[in-house]
Amino acid sequence: MKCLFSFLFGLLLSASSVFAQDESPDALIKKVTEEVLTIVRQDKDIQNGNTRKAIELVEVKVLPHFNFQRMTALAMGKEWNKANAEQKKRLSEEFKTLLVRTYSNALTSYRDQTIRYKPTKMPGGDADVVVRTEILQPGSKPVQLDYSLEKQQEGWKVYDVIVAGVSLVTNYRDTFTQEVRANGVDGLIQMLSTKNKQLESGKK
Amino acid sequence: MFVNSHVVKRVTGIAAAVMLMIGLSGCATTASNPKDPFEGFNRVMFSVNEGIDVVVKPVAEGYDKVAPDPVKAGVGNFFGNIADIWIAVNNFLQGKPAEGFSDIGRVLVNSTVGIVGLIDVASEIGLEKHAEDFGQTLGRWGVEGGPYLFWPILGPRNVRDTFGFAVDASVDPVGHVDHVATRNTLMGIRFIDLRASLLPADKVVEQAAFDKYDYIRNAYFQNRRSVIYDGNPPPLED
Repeated sequence: MKCLFSFLFGLLLSASSVFAQDESPDALIKKVTEEVLTIVRQDKDIQNGNTRKAIELVEVKVLPHFNFQRMTALAMGKEWNKANAEQKKRLSEEFKTLLVRTYSNALTSYRDQTIRYKPTKMPGGDADVVVRTEILQPGSKPVQLDYSLEKQQEGWKVYDVIVAGVSLVTNYRDTFTQEVRANGVDGLIQMLSTKNKQLESGKK
Repeated sequence: MFVNSHVVKRVTGIAAAVMLMIGLSGCATTASNPKDPFEGFNRVMFSVNEGIDVVVKPVAEGYDKVAPDPVKAGVGNFFGNIADIWIAVNNFLQGKPAEGFSDIGRVLVNSTVGIVGLIDVASEIGLEKHAEDFGQTLGRWGVEGGPYLFWPILGPRNVRDTFGFAVDASVDPVGHVDHVATRNTLMGIRFIDLRASLLPADKVVEQAAFDKYDYIRNAYFQNRRSVIYDGNPPPLED
């Protein structure tokens, strides 16, 4: 699993500017990815491990294209329905913080990889698609990096990032399910919030 | 049977050892995942592996820091070239002759123009690198994974992939180098290079996981399912 880069790119690709309404999902992914990579290629701070700066980049460029509520629901599976509206909001906030921090850190490992965009099958009028890309690095097998997107009023939103077949979202499902069953929805909120505080304080 | 008796003996030995260890561990399991009936035992092995990694990881980090990029690329390419032979065989076994011939082309090009495999010329002329192993081939043939196991050094492998690994190892050209010192040196370098290549993913897992054992187990299941179907697995029931 040398998939760091994919994590980054995951973030990256969601990055982009505001006018996404009429864009096809694959065009959106490509635009955001290239935008973020262009910045990272020129930013020595990020390349040298400045996580703070990477987080800022991700927040500005990537976050607007992600649907964190849907991601959190996907990560929790059936347990999602046990949460009330307020809890859902808090869960989504904490999960967002965790994903952003973790994967911004991954961005700092970017070296000289390039991205290949594969043709996207768009069955007519479909509101849910997978955009496939590959991270190319000479001498290594390309790493597959896929995004699941759904169409919303404001445009296409990413709700899953899949690196080498591993969904960064559903990979949490066992852990989250177990926690909700043991300590309830509030237990999971607590667990996420504790983790985020730890990461925050441990950061240079 | 499709494998020689040497391999069968080896695999039978491994299976017996697994059974013995599971017996010794008293089967004290907290089976939170139906695919991981020996979780208690596996978690012990996971800790053992983390202990070993306390020594291995700094070596890999040192190598990663000290070796210039062209050297690291050369090492990766050299062992990748050797691996391509068996990858070709597995592609043929999986009924993918186009990929298999492409792999053979890679070995021919890289062994010659690429100077004994040090330079991956083949990728540059469009012969893409693949990653296949015998566990994937078995999966492609419909063999079920069986219980999940965590091995020290080898990491996560279900029973099918453990068997697959034994077959991979038995045909590994590096393992057949007669000169013992050369063989051990090659294996050592390859192991450190592999560990070094996992360092970036490590960093992410350390941050992302609540329970590293669980995170790696899930990632293993998802990744293997994906590679067996070459990146296009049939959709799962949600």
